[in-house]
Amino acid sequence: MSTLEQKSANQGCHLRVNIGGLELKNPIMPASGAFGESMEKVLDFNHLGAVLPKSITKYPRKGNDTPRVCEVPAGMINSIGIQSKGLQYYLKNIVPYYQQYDTPLIASISADSVEEFVEMADILGNNPGVDALELNISCPNLKGDGLAFGMDADVTYELTKKVRGITDVPLFNKLTPNVTRIQDIALASEEGGADALTVVNTFLAMSINVHTWKPELGNVMGGISGPGVKPIIVRMIYQVYQASKLPIIGCGGVMNGEDAIEMMLAGASAVQVGTASFIKPAAMLDVLEEIKSYMQQYGINDIYDIIGKVHFNQYEEG
Amino acid sequence: MFLEDLFLLGVRVVKDQEVKILSNIQVSERYWHMVVDASGLASDVEPGQFFYIDCGQENESFLRRPFSVYRINQDDQTLEFLYLTKGLGTQALTKLKQGETVRSFGPLGQGFSLQEDAQKILLLARGVGIATLAALAQEASKKGVQCAAILSARSHNDLLAAEMLQGFGAEVHKVTEEDGTSDVENVRDIIEDITARHNIDAAYTCGSRRLSRLLQDITSKKDIPAEIALEEHMGCAMGVCYACVCDVVEDDEIRTVRVCLEGPVFPLQKVMMQP
Repeated sequence: MSTLEQKSANQGCHLRVNIGGLELKNPIMPASGAFGESMEKVLDFNHLGAVLPKSITKYPRKGNDTPRVCEVPAGMINSIGIQSKGLQYYLKNIVPYYQQYDTPLIASISADSVEEFVEMADILGNNPGVDALELNISCPNLKGDGLAFGMDADVTYELTKKVRGITDVPLFNKLTPNVTRIQDIALASEEGGADALTVVNTFLAMSINVHTWKPELGNVMGGISGPGVKPIIVRMIYQVYQASKLPIIGCGGVMNGEDAIEMMLAGASAVQVGTASFIKPAAMLDVLEEIKSYMQQYGINDIYDIIGKVHFNQYEEG
Repeated sequence: MFLEDLFLLGVRVVKDQEVKILSNIQVSERYWHMVVDASGLASDVEPGQFFYIDCGQENESFLRRPFSVYRINQDDQTLEFLYLTKGLGTQALTKLKQGETVRSFGPLGQGFSLQEDAQKILLLARGVGIATLAALAQEASKKGVQCAAILSARSHNDLLAAEMLQGFGAEVHKVTEEDGTSDVENVRDIIEDITARHNIDAAYTCGSRRLSRLLQDITSKKDIPAEIALEEHMGCAMGVCYACVCDVVEDDEIRTVRVCLEGPVFPLQKVMMQP
């Protein structure tokens, strides 16, 4: 038993969650693209619910032109373009590296075609070091105008179904917010055989420097993240929770424990922390401690007593 | 060994902590100088390394800012930063007062390498890059290594570190737009003159792509080892987000490496300078 589990057991907080067949010791994990091996210098990965390294592509990718980030009030826009060393490097180095930790590894996959998703899912899903797959069908920074597989319900269904056919490992679809009705994509994922949904990737965004008249990002457009987008994410989690039976991993703008609790009240069973780690490198551990304090404060023993429990009689009770 | 393998070597704990501000004052029209208490740092700081500092700007601007160290004072366990007020972050930093604390993550990145047997080194700095190379001049002085420095800036006002470098016994050449002396050809002449008079063991630069290309050209012809400290917009400052990248050539291959982790100091000959 790790120190953390001991501590939480002593405090009577049950933080364990099951995400589509994947058991997590607590609901906090990194968001893809905001986590990597070099963070071992600032936090103990054994304390996390899961580890989730940056999306991997089949072949090495150079990524987009700099500047790749710009800040905006209450957030940032990034257009990294999935700089990647390719699947072979990932299998040889990244997967083995995380075996030293007593924490499940979720491998995030990005691909250029349905066939490539299937091929990579076959290799990674059947690797004993990988505990679950997150299909990144929602990166806004790969194609012109931010197009992504996850913008089309039919494509999402086909892609998920084909990947489902090749591996039994828990399958999480990371949805894009850049759609008219996110519920449609959630249901397409569910029908295709996904086990859980990550809600959501970044919002397609743009920023222009009014002094130089140039876009702030080398790639012109990028994805916005951070606390400014959190209320939209909470709404989307709520909508997806109403529409789909699948467990939800909330993602977008969580800066502290209360933000995570809010997403869980809306229906998230677990929460990813991304941008907050840029402001506070050990933010994930702070969020976890704050969740525990919150549960103690309100006498909540089991995290499941929070999930999806938003209620609507606050005005009646005054 | 490739640059990307470097971080595997020096695994150590890096702290993100509140450090006490001992002073934070304006020293010229555009520059500020901050001294912080470094007694609680987890590891030694090397010239060229940086700290990722929360400037306290709340949500108005969001990300932290990287600041390279200007002086490392082991005797009284303090660190000094010389910073240019440029945007929201640095402007917010000026509001922090003596006695307050500032959240600081570091030391981060790879510092300059200064060979033990070096006798004389050349520093070529532009603007706020002077602050970054000043820390190296301090280290050189401590090791008995002589410095020749060329400092370039818009105006004399911006040449703040010059006096400090002269204090370290450096031979200092100042060039400015104000005097019409900062053009590349004039700087080339000064470097040629220095290298004609002295045997330069290593050269270092920071703050200007134009001058870095010049130094790349001269040091490759003269076979002088050289290093550059790069600046780039950062996201995480710990190597996970891949926001702050630059292209380097290793083994005839172009690699895109992280300024925060594999840098900010790189071998000058490896860095591809954008025109």
